[in-house]
Amino acid sequence: MNPVVLAVLSVTVIAFLCAVMLVIASKVMAVPEDPLFPAVRECLPGANCGACGYAGCDGYAKALATGEEKRTNLCVPGGDGTAANIAGVLGVEAEDVVEMMAAVFCGGDCTLAPERADYQGARTCAAAKLLSGGPKACPYGCLGFGDCANVCPVGAISIVKGIAVVDPKVCIGCGLCSKTCPNHIIHMIPQVQKVFDRCSNPNMGKPVMDVCKAGCIGCTKCAKVCPEGAITMEGNLAHVDHSKCTGCGSCVENCPTKSIQFVDWKKD
Amino acid sequence: MDFKNLLFIIMSAVFVNNYVLQRFLGICPFLGVSKKLDQASGMSIAVIFVMMLATAVTWPIQRFLLDPNDMGYLQTVVFILVIAALVQLVEIILKKYIPALYKSLGIYLPLITTNCAVLGVTVLNITGPFVGQDTPYTFLQSMANSLGSGLSFFLAMILFAGIRTRTESCEAPESFKGLPITLISASILAAAFNGFAGVVETLFG
Repeated sequence: MNPVVLAVLSVTVIAFLCAVMLVIASKVMAVPEDPLFPAVRECLPGANCGACGYAGCDGYAKALATGEEKRTNLCVPGGDGTAANIAGVLGVEAEDVVEMMAAVFCGGDCTLAPERADYQGARTCAAAKLLSGGPKACPYGCLGFGDCANVCPVGAISIVKGIAVVDPKVCIGCGLCSKTCPNHIIHMIPQVQKVFDRCSNPNMGKPVMDVCKAGCIGCTKCAKVCPEGAITMEGNLAHVDHSKCTGCGSCVENCPTKSIQFVDWKKD
Repeated sequence: MDFKNLLFIIMSAVFVNNYVLQRFLGICPFLGVSKKLDQASGMSIAVIFVMMLATAVTWPIQRFLLDPNDMGYLQTVVFILVIAALVQLVEIILKKYIPALYKSLGIYLPLITTNCAVLGVTVLNITGPFVGQDTPYTFLQSMANSLGSGLSFFLAMILFAGIRTRTESCEAPESFKGLPITLISASILAAAFNGFAGVVETLFG
C-alpha cells in the first residue's frame, strides 16, 4: 500500500476510534447534575465573601439547591434583587435582606489620637496588636495598618490619616473586615442608620480625653438632647436605635468631642 | 530481566535522570503548581498516573503498528492524539465511579494531557537512552521507567514546594522577589541533583 495512504489511514482510524470511545463514554457514564444548582449559582454575585455563612457562593447555592438551607435572604452583597431571583428559581416567597454596611467605630486619626510608641515591626494590625496592644495611646482604637483593607473583596476600605475609612458606595456589607479587625472596632450597621458613635473606648471622661481628642467620654449629653429618645448609653458609649432615630442631628451638634457623627454615606 | 534490573531503572529515573531537574521537562507545572504542598502532591500523583497509562498504550502502538509499517515519523502526532483521548476517557470514568478521586485529581488531569514530560516519557521509552543496556526497553521496563519518571516529578515537586513555602515567607531583595528567586532556587536544586550521578550505578550496576 502507498505509505502516504497508509499513514493518513492509520491516523484517521486511531482518531476515529478515540472519538467513538469518548462519545460512548460521555453518554454512558454521564453524571446527572442537579439542574437547580447552576440556576441558583447564577443568581449569586460570585464574590465568595462568606457573608451567608457558607464557604463561598458555591456552598450557599448547593445548600439552597439541596433544600438544606431555606432562607434565600442570606446574601448581603446581592441584596433584595438576589434574594428575589433565588426565590423565583426555587419557587418560594422572597424575604427582604437587611442590607448592612461596615462602619469603623473609631474617629481617632493621626491628628486627634497620639501614638505612645514608634512601632517598627511587621505592618499589619494583627502583629502590632500583639506588641502590648499596639502603638496607639488608645488601646481600643484603629491601628491603621489596613488588615481590613487587605481582606475587603471590593476595595471599599482605605486608610486615611491613619484610620480605616469605608467608602459607603463601594461597600457590599459582607462583613469580612469586621471579622478581621483585631480590635473589633468595625461593626456591621444597617444601611438605614443615620448617626453613630465613632468610638470604641469603654472608659469615661479623662482616661478617654488623655488618649484621643475625638473619643466618646460618656457624658450622656446626646442621650439627653435626643428628642426621640433613640440614644442609650451602653458601657459609656452612645448606642443609637436606628428605628427611632429621625436624623435630626441634635446629638451631632451637641457632642463635645464630635464623636457622634452622621452616617452620611447612604447608597444611591 | 529481573526485579533488580527494574529497580535500577526506577532509581536512575528518579535520581540520575530526574525529569524536572536533569532533563528539564515539565517545567511549567513545576513552577506553576509548586506553591502549596497539597496541590503539588495532587498534581504529581496525577502525573504518575497519566505517565504510566500513556506508556501502557503508546508502547504497543509504536512496536506493533508504527515500527512494522515504517511510520516512526508519526510518533509525535499519534502519541499526542492517543494520550489526549485517553486522559479524557479516564476523567469521564473517574467522574462517574470515583468522584472523590476525581475531585482531588480532576482539575490537574486536563492540565497534563499533553504535558511535555508525559510525551517525553513515552518517546524516550522508545528512543532511549536506555540505562544499563544497549537494547530497547521491553514493555515491563518501559512501565518501570514511566513509574520512575513519575516519581521523579513527584520528588522534585515535593522538594520544591517545601523550598518555595520558605522563600515566600522570607524577604528577598526587591529585584529578586517572585519568579527570579524561584528560578534561582530551582537551579540550585537541579545542581544538587547532579550529585546523584554515579551513585545509582555503584549501588545497582
